[in-house]
Amino acid sequence: MKHPIGHEAIETKGWFATHKYLLLRRFCQLGILALFVIGPLLDIWIIKGNLSSSLLLDTVPMTDPFVALQAFAAGHLLESSAIIGAMLITGFYFLLGGRVFCSWVCPVNMISDAAQWLRRKLKIRTSTKLSRKTRFWVLAMTLVLPIYLGTMAWELINPVSMFHRGVIFGMGAGWVILVGIFLFDLLLVEQGWCGHICPQGAFYNLVGRFSPIKVTADKREQCDKCMDCFAVCPEPQVLKMPLFGENKGFGPLITSADCTNCARCIDICSKDVFKITTILPEKAEV
Amino acid sequence: MSSSKPYQARKMSRRQLITDASRGICGVGLLATGLAGYAKQSQSLAAQCLRPPGALIEEDFLAACVRCGLCVEACPYDTLKLGKLFEPVTTGTPYFDANIIPCEMCEDIPCQEACPTGAISPELESINDAQMGLAVLLDQETCLNTQGLRCDICHRVCPLIDEAITLEVQRNTRTGHHAMFIPTVHSDKCTGCGKCEHACPLPEAAIKVLPREIAKGELGKHYRWGWIEKDKAGGSLIDEVLDLPDRVPEGG
Repeated sequence: MKHPIGHEAIETKGWFATHKYLLLRRFCQLGILALFVIGPLLDIWIIKGNLSSSLLLDTVPMTDPFVALQAFAAGHLLESSAIIGAMLITGFYFLLGGRVFCSWVCPVNMISDAAQWLRRKLKIRTSTKLSRKTRFWVLAMTLVLPIYLGTMAWELINPVSMFHRGVIFGMGAGWVILVGIFLFDLLLVEQGWCGHICPQGAFYNLVGRFSPIKVTADKREQCDKCMDCFAVCPEPQVLKMPLFGENKGFGPLITSADCTNCARCIDICSKDVFKITTILPEKAEV
Repeated sequence: MSSSKPYQARKMSRRQLITDASRGICGVGLLATGLAGYAKQSQSLAAQCLRPPGALIEEDFLAACVRCGLCVEACPYDTLKLGKLFEPVTTGTPYFDANIIPCEMCEDIPCQEACPTGAISPELESINDAQMGLAVLLDQETCLNTQGLRCDICHRVCPLIDEAITLEVQRNTRTGHHAMFIPTVHSDKCTGCGKCEHACPLPEAAIKVLPREIAKGELGKHYRWGWIEKDKAGGSLIDEVLDLPDRVPEGG
């Protein structure tokens, strides 16, 4: 009989250390959301706008490069402040790891994590097969459609921007799509939205391809194959080779850009196998 | 469970590759078709939805606006709203309904200042040159002034009074000896702020602001007005017309 996931880690490290990065991530996600909301709600203007484009302290422009690219595909040359903003954000996620957006900022992450959690609790194991490469096809679609339509078609239904915008400016019927994602993840495909379909995640995946901050299975010789990290990882395929591929010549560094740097594996491991590390760009393709 | 077997890299057969790729393309293609249909439908703006001052024409606006809401937060009068899913305006884009809150026409145009993308064009220099929409006296049968009353409210609230809306005197044929003062909108001056619609005292406004694409007709490109051409040329463009004798009906 196997212990519940995280049991060993909680026993050896305590509950808090086992949830350290998870709590930090929730704090970060909700904190960013709160900074945007206190503007219109309490008239405290630290940041204006939403994740698509914003203005920090009335000076620093920030624009989601994925949206900027859609505008470009639709045939509009952005004003300089949006271009500067898009470059800032691209640089930021290039440095920290592209999909850091997904696990530390994107509000939809909380929906998909909740579905994943409930899946484990209800022991739902069925999952329709869907390639994790699908998201790149969807990404291509979101950038090709505007060329023909002259409008940012994806932004009509993009749950990421819709959720964030909805919290600040009013959700309307947008919750339908969010509930849809929750049910899709819960009943149809495990990690379906964030891990298989979301083109925004795919975009940041490409941005972070050579980013210098990675997770490494530094002490993989200590691994007792409890598989807890596979159970909590949103992209478990990234763990296989770094953890078990030593005899095939694979290094311990998690090089796949699918990895969101969520650091949940670090939390859940009772043997302290994982840690966050920085690497020089030329070593990124170990 | 043995740990050596399950984590070997699986070799993908060509058949598997083709199956996966075609599944991906079909699925995404289906999604794209649906999305394109929805996008096409929402490309035309509903009649009650107006864009902020300086907004590009609808087609270009939809390519430029990133739906960030900075203009909405910059608007001091809560005029602007962001479209929500399934509302008759493209999701996430800013609009206002003049019947609810009209544009107050701030001189410094804060919404334009806030726009990071140029969807609200920085080329608009004076708010008085804005063309958010065009007021139209849609219902001449219920407008109080067309009944011979002196309501005049739309005229008096107009920020460009006597320029954008004038009162044109007409004979009141019902009484035979009164005048009617018909509110008349001039499209070269009207900014589409919507104050007239908002102020109209009828339960359903008789004057409404419509997007210009809906409100304006368009002349055939080949049309020339003789009197304008005559002025331009400084005289008649054709030779003196033959003066034929007038034929008067019998008994006339």
